[in-house]
Amino acid sequence: MGSMNLTLKIWRQKNANDKGKMVDYKVNDISPDMSFLEMLDVLNEQLINNGDEPVAFDHDCREGICGMCSLYINGEAHGPDREVTTCQLHMRMFKDGDTIFIEPFRAKAFPVVKDLIVDRSSFDRIQHAGGFISVNTSGNTIDANATPVNKADADKAFEAATCIGCGACVATCKNSSAMLFVGAKVSQFALLPQGQVEATDRVLNMVKQMDEEGFGNCTNTGACEVECPKGISLENIARMNTEFLKASLKG
Amino acid sequence: MSGLLKSSIGRKFAMALSALFLMFFLLQHFAINILSVFSADAFNEASHFMGTFWAVQYLLQPVLIFGVVFHFVMGFVLEIKNKQARQVSYAKNNGAANSSWMSRNMIYSGLFILIFIVIHFIDFWIPELNVKYIQGDMSGLHNGEFRYFHELQEKFLPMWRVALYCLGFVFLALHLLHGFNSAFQSVGANNKYTKGLKGISKVYAIGLPLGFIFIALFHHFNH
Amino acid sequence: MALDSKTPKGPIADKWTNYKNHIDLVNPANKRNIDVIVVGTGLAGGSAAATLAELGYNVKAFCFQDSPRRAHSIAAQGGINAAKNYQGDGDSTYRLFYDTVKGGDYRSREANVYRLAEVSANIIDQCVAQGVPFAREYGGLLDNRSFGGVLVSRTFYAAGQTGQQLLLGAYSAMNRQIGRGKIKMYNRHEMLDVVKVDGKARGIITRNLITGEIERHSAHAVVLGSGGYGNVFFLSTNAMGSNVTAGWKAHKRGAYFANPCYTQIHPTCIPVSGDHQSKLTLMSESLRNDGRIWVPKNMDDVKAIRDGKLKPTAIAEENRDYYLERRYPAFGNLVPRDVASRAAKERCDAGYGVNATGEAVYLDFASAITRYGKEQATIKGLDLNDAALIKKLGQEVVKNKYGNLFQMYEKIVDQDPYNTPMMIYPAVHYTMGGVWVDYNLMTTVPGLYCIGEANFSDHGANRLGASALMQGLADGYFVLPYTIGDYLSDDIRTGPISTDSKEFEEAENEVKKTLNFFITNEGKHSVDYFHKRLGKIMWNKVGMSRNVKGLTEAITEIKELREQFWKEVKVPGSSDEYNEELAKAGRVADFLELGELFAKDALNREESCGGHFREDSVELDGEQKGEALRNDKDFAYVSAWEYKGEPSDAVLHKEELEFNDIELKQRSYK
Repeated sequence: MGSMNLTLKIWRQKNANDKGKMVDYKVNDISPDMSFLEMLDVLNEQLINNGDEPVAFDHDCREGICGMCSLYINGEAHGPDREVTTCQLHMRMFKDGDTIFIEPFRAKAFPVVKDLIVDRSSFDRIQHAGGFISVNTSGNTIDANATPVNKADADKAFEAATCIGCGACVATCKNSSAMLFVGAKVSQFALLPQGQVEATDRVLNMVKQMDEEGFGNCTNTGACEVECPKGISLENIARMNTEFLKASLKG
Repeated sequence: MSGLLKSSIGRKFAMALSALFLMFFLLQHFAINILSVFSADAFNEASHFMGTFWAVQYLLQPVLIFGVVFHFVMGFVLEIKNKQARQVSYAKNNGAANSSWMSRNMIYSGLFILIFIVIHFIDFWIPELNVKYIQGDMSGLHNGEFRYFHELQEKFLPMWRVALYCLGFVFLALHLLHGFNSAFQSVGANNKYTKGLKGISKVYAIGLPLGFIFIALFHHFNH
Repeated sequence: MALDSKTPKGPIADKWTNYKNHIDLVNPANKRNIDVIVVGTGLAGGSAAATLAELGYNVKAFCFQDSPRRAHSIAAQGGINAAKNYQGDGDSTYRLFYDTVKGGDYRSREANVYRLAEVSANIIDQCVAQGVPFAREYGGLLDNRSFGGVLVSRTFYAAGQTGQQLLLGAYSAMNRQIGRGKIKMYNRHEMLDVVKVDGKARGIITRNLITGEIERHSAHAVVLGSGGYGNVFFLSTNAMGSNVTAGWKAHKRGAYFANPCYTQIHPTCIPVSGDHQSKLTLMSESLRNDGRIWVPKNMDDVKAIRDGKLKPTAIAEENRDYYLERRYPAFGNLVPRDVASRAAKERCDAGYGVNATGEAVYLDFASAITRYGKEQATIKGLDLNDAALIKKLGQEVVKNKYGNLFQMYEKIVDQDPYNTPMMIYPAVHYTMGGVWVDYNLMTTVPGLYCIGEANFSDHGANRLGASALMQGLADGYFVLPYTIGDYLSDDIRTGPISTDSKEFEEAENEVKKTLNFFITNEGKHSVDYFHKRLGKIMWNKVGMSRNVKGLTEAITEIKELREQFWKEVKVPGSSDEYNEELAKAGRVADFLELGELFAKDALNREESCGGHFREDSVELDGEQKGEALRNDKDFAYVSAWEYKGEPSDAVLHKEELEFNDIELKQRSYK
């Protein structure tokens, strides 16, 4: 396969207070085997060598698990491919001559830090409010096999727990709702016997924090599930809804 | 329990409950209307019962009104709040890649349905209130016969109204195509049983408005 | 200074218990007056921060990522070892201890490894209590899998995302303490120096990566859990941001750096596809449970494959060379990582590599798919002769076990590993070397601790699969919280540490001076330009196979490259804003020093052990001909290097390793 020449339309914003705008760039000789971020590396090397400022974007593991990379590419979180993060998106998804829009994840709760980097600490604060089981890390808990867990539940808890906290659900949602993320976290614990003890407080506190952070409300479009790089299921939102109502009735 | 409606999930739950109630109401409304196709008498009987039975008039009707108003008001409130959650919009957004048009445009299908309902109220509900509660005529009779069937037929004479009704039902179908499942998801029902509901939801969301359209056309052409 | 490992006396099985019984404790009221800094929030740093906060210390935790949950522990795939013996297959604390020492090629400290094996079982209990969703059997109990280099099934796992699940467990424990205000979390902060006051570590200098602000943070003790330095090779399975800076700054402040040359080259990674490559992706070692590794026997087939004229599936069984099964019949495809990696290199060097670059071998699941398919067909009473059905059933089983890895492979390589063998090649993965620590996990700087991959660790010269997660959590949850108390018990009357002292000021000025240099230097090459060149030198001359000539050249070349870097590096932007190039420049500057010490250490160690393979130290005859040859007489020691300015001036200190409970043997996997 031959190499590609592309036009990039990238959001540039100096810092949180800057207004920001879309800027056009050209990159040439892009190999289809490159990852999307490697293509941006090429652009940045080009910019640095020309004495310009490179485009700032978040990335770390580059294997789709740390959840650091983001980017809204051609109108979709993590770009056009399915079940991948931006770092796993490969240039073979694009054609020679394409114009690619690259924007930061947008939500009031994810303010832009610089260029394509956003601040997702709202996710952390939701977790501080209740994303844990209150056991001391003494090692003097009961034996791991003392409580059998139904395999189906354990598997579902695991699936919910594979969320990487990248924020694609929020970025994709037309309402900027964080319910897939919070739903996954609530579900992981709700499905395990260990998580039952403080289930009531957990869901109430996490939802309260979620609302305070300024995320929108879920209208069940299902876009988050489609764009989620880990395929987290909408079932988790339904489960959170039930958990929340149960908890509200208990008070 | 306090503050439930202040929470995002509480609002969503309330929205879904009102939707489920309205969907049940629609079914009941349809059941009575379709009688008009088969038997004018049966339709008249049913209409008269609904229009005069105290429990329907003084209990269910206020609940319905509340449900309708609540569903609309909450719909707009949520839309405004949701818009505020993203202050800078995307230069390019490909919503079609991950969600249905219906799910992304509930506010527009809803708005059109609102317009339709206003007209519908002017057509049927306000005259009805006028006759029964202002003029005080609870008999349901006109020239010695039940008036309901006749009034129905009268309304569907003008072409513009039939067209407007049909269009209203198209939007209702679009609204229901997302709304039916969405309501179940919101109340927390998403499991192997609700997977079966997907089929039912299509039948309901398309079948019911089609049925209403059929009734309107039937009376337009069979006068 | 003589190196004292401070290993407690007594029989090995009692050392840790006796130690815990006799150390000084800090009472809960006093813990409130003591601050501890933890740098890094991976498994080691995260678990340490959570536990110290829980005990009552005031913890300040730092990570360069935007959330502690993103530390690179998250990428560990295969599993975590623990001597639970749930499978009843003969596992025990002693056996885990033995396997780890043997797997590390007898270059680790016995007492540390025994303690690790001892607390391993607690880790599993702890994680389950925290809600970590480990894989389970239908009966509801925990499942295990086997890993390379051992004969028991002791690896607990959560599909191919065990590291993620364990890290999220530690992160959740941190969240609880952050919510309570016991941990003050500093995201997007990078540690740029350690501050010593009166000879003790009393704080750090950090840079806020968003605002560029340089900050002083003080504490009564500093803990580094900053991970490994595999990125000295530029291409590795480490995250892009993984770096040696915290450990290296500690080294410059007096902490000895141990065994830098012990690097694990992981045998199953996705091969390099071109010069644009920014990082390498691991395919879990667990795949070797079911995958068979091979290259074609005939050179004609190799050529046809490279030209795209022949498909690997078209090569008949008798024309395939399953070289691991051929060379190591006892362990076959499950030999330890270092052995598997060298064997792949040997075949590719001989010209049998199967991709365009000649640096790839096959990892083939066809026979596992058939085996599982037949098993399923038997269970379900279906036709065993229906090949298509067998394949389908088998693929389902394989998908359940490794689905996420197969998907990852397909997305990167654009080939379907269910129907054609995977291509793999070794890549830098883990560094066994690191900051030298004693039994207390304290470095040679009092009050400065180092845990997890960042320390020179319990893995000797080679780490067994699924042991990194075990060590990280053991250090953080169960070891450091005890040992640090012993040290801090002397600090209950010290009071808050001021950041206004001249030591803090000097350290801050030095940091600012360097940053300012980068920003104002009128260079001509980007940071990556130098990093890539360093990586090439390291990979070609200090990589899987090392010799005196290459190492000597590498030392000179790295030194020259470093000098060029300081003249010609170009960093855009300013220092008071988000500036990734500036952050990278500082990290690469440290890699350029470490790289030289790394080569120097490799040159000094004239033996082959674990991940360190010297071409001049191999078995010359007999059954083991060509295999690595260890030299216990002269090299059974830890090399701990003291900083003296230039890496070439570093002074070697030896910690002699004593083996009282394990007999030193040749490591044979034949």
